[in-house]
Amino acid sequence: MTPPATRKPLIEFRNVNHAFGTRPIVHNIDLTVGESEFVCLIGPSGCGKTTLLRMVGGLLTPSSGQVLFNGRPVDGPEKEISFMFQDYSKALLPWRTAAGNVSLALEATNVPAAQRGPRIKELLAKVGLANHADHYPAQLSGGMQQRVQIARCLAQEPSVLLMDEPFGALDAMTRQALQDEILRLIAVSKTTVLFVTHDLEEAIYLGDRVVALYPNPGRVAQVFDVKLPFPRDQLSTREHPEFLRLRRELFDFIREGEA
Amino acid sequence: MKTLKALLLPAILLLAWEIAMHVKNVQSDSLAAPSQIAIAFKDAMLDGTILSRTAETLRAALLGLALGGGSALILSIILGLVPPVARLLQFTIEVLRPVPSVALIPVAILTLGFGYGMEISLVAFSTFWPILIYGHAAITNIDEQMLDLAKVLRLKTFARITKIILPATLPRYFVAFRLATAVSLIIAVTVEIAANPLGIGYELMQASQSLHPDLTFALVLWIGLVGWTLNTLLLFAQRRLFGPAGVAFGIQQ
Repeated sequence: MTPPATRKPLIEFRNVNHAFGTRPIVHNIDLTVGESEFVCLIGPSGCGKTTLLRMVGGLLTPSSGQVLFNGRPVDGPEKEISFMFQDYSKALLPWRTAAGNVSLALEATNVPAAQRGPRIKELLAKVGLANHADHYPAQLSGGMQQRVQIARCLAQEPSVLLMDEPFGALDAMTRQALQDEILRLIAVSKTTVLFVTHDLEEAIYLGDRVVALYPNPGRVAQVFDVKLPFPRDQLSTREHPEFLRLRRELFDFIREGEA
Repeated sequence: MKTLKALLLPAILLLAWEIAMHVKNVQSDSLAAPSQIAIAFKDAMLDGTILSRTAETLRAALLGLALGGGSALILSIILGLVPPVARLLQFTIEVLRPVPSVALIPVAILTLGFGYGMEISLVAFSTFWPILIYGHAAITNIDEQMLDLAKVLRLKTFARITKIILPATLPRYFVAFRLATAVSLIIAVTVEIAANPLGIGYELMQASQSLHPDLTFALVLWIGLVGWTLNTLLLFAQRRLFGPAGVAFGIQQ
């Protein structure tokens, strides 16, 4: 369950257990995510994938075991780790414009007001929202709202991006556009990504590795290396024999888990 | 057209009242014809009594509201952010809250004497609770994810309050404030009628006790009008600030 030896370990789960009361949520998780790696966590509901993400984000302390970032135990939200939420309607502040929402991340890190304007402009341009800076979230489509969230995450200049089913509520076309967008952005920034999804094609399309979890309690079931060439392409990647083989394997695996 | 229709019934009733008073040629210490009420109102308006007395009442009501509402705002934020404090104070709050403000008038007279001080204190006491309860509920109802966002962005407590919690709860606080404003006027006038030689309530008591039904009715109508105006102004502000085209809140869905 370790990344290729060439990658320096950045996030490590060491024998992590968590329970709400007496109900175990995750059980004996050992997992290492390497620098600049894109790891997808996949599994049915109840497998604790969001719980694991929240631990790395410093929003939750495991009942036992350790979550390490850069070799140090995570004991709260880190500046270098940014978290992208699933429900965009609640992850953006409705009383702030797109620019204002991106600004929030800069205000939080005490970027002087004079420097914020140009930074915000640049970040919004990066996610294709240069012309929507003055729009409020309610005036933007779901896809655009998630782009604002991406821009806000990037404003933190994170070395790790945690994404909790970020595209789950979007329509298929928008979802594909955003998948390519995120791959393009992290190819430049070399950001490490831990991505939770229950869409196995999405997991294969995006990931360097796909970690499949069993539910009740959540355990690591199997880790799949995705040996698909970059840059990935919505047509050719999804028709690639390796993609089809992995899809088959994961599909069988999930079905087995449900049986 | 709608307003005209709405005014039809009161107009007919007033007219019937006026006619009845004249036909029966009523001479009474307890009733007055609408025309007499109108004249009494005009006179009291012109000699400045109504306006200066109203100013006294509003002064006590609004100062009390500021005092009660302001402290309730602060306490509700503390209760919302520090649940142990909320649990600790819950019993005290539930015991004090149902005490009718009117029951405290004797206590207030005893400790503070007559004047603005006791009236402001009683208004503050009665406006404190709605804002505390609504405000606390608003804060505990903020979406979990928004608070997670504040955490992952590592916002400091003050920034968390000013950038997330207050803007998220402002519409609810405003509603609580609007309800408390109505309460403040009711309590101020009640205190004036019951005890305090101040304001429009005292004037009303004087008119009644000196057997001036015309002025008594005029003052009652006037108090109604003041309350209605206050509420209308606040409703207008609420729509402008938080309504469909709210300036303080972006565009709400």
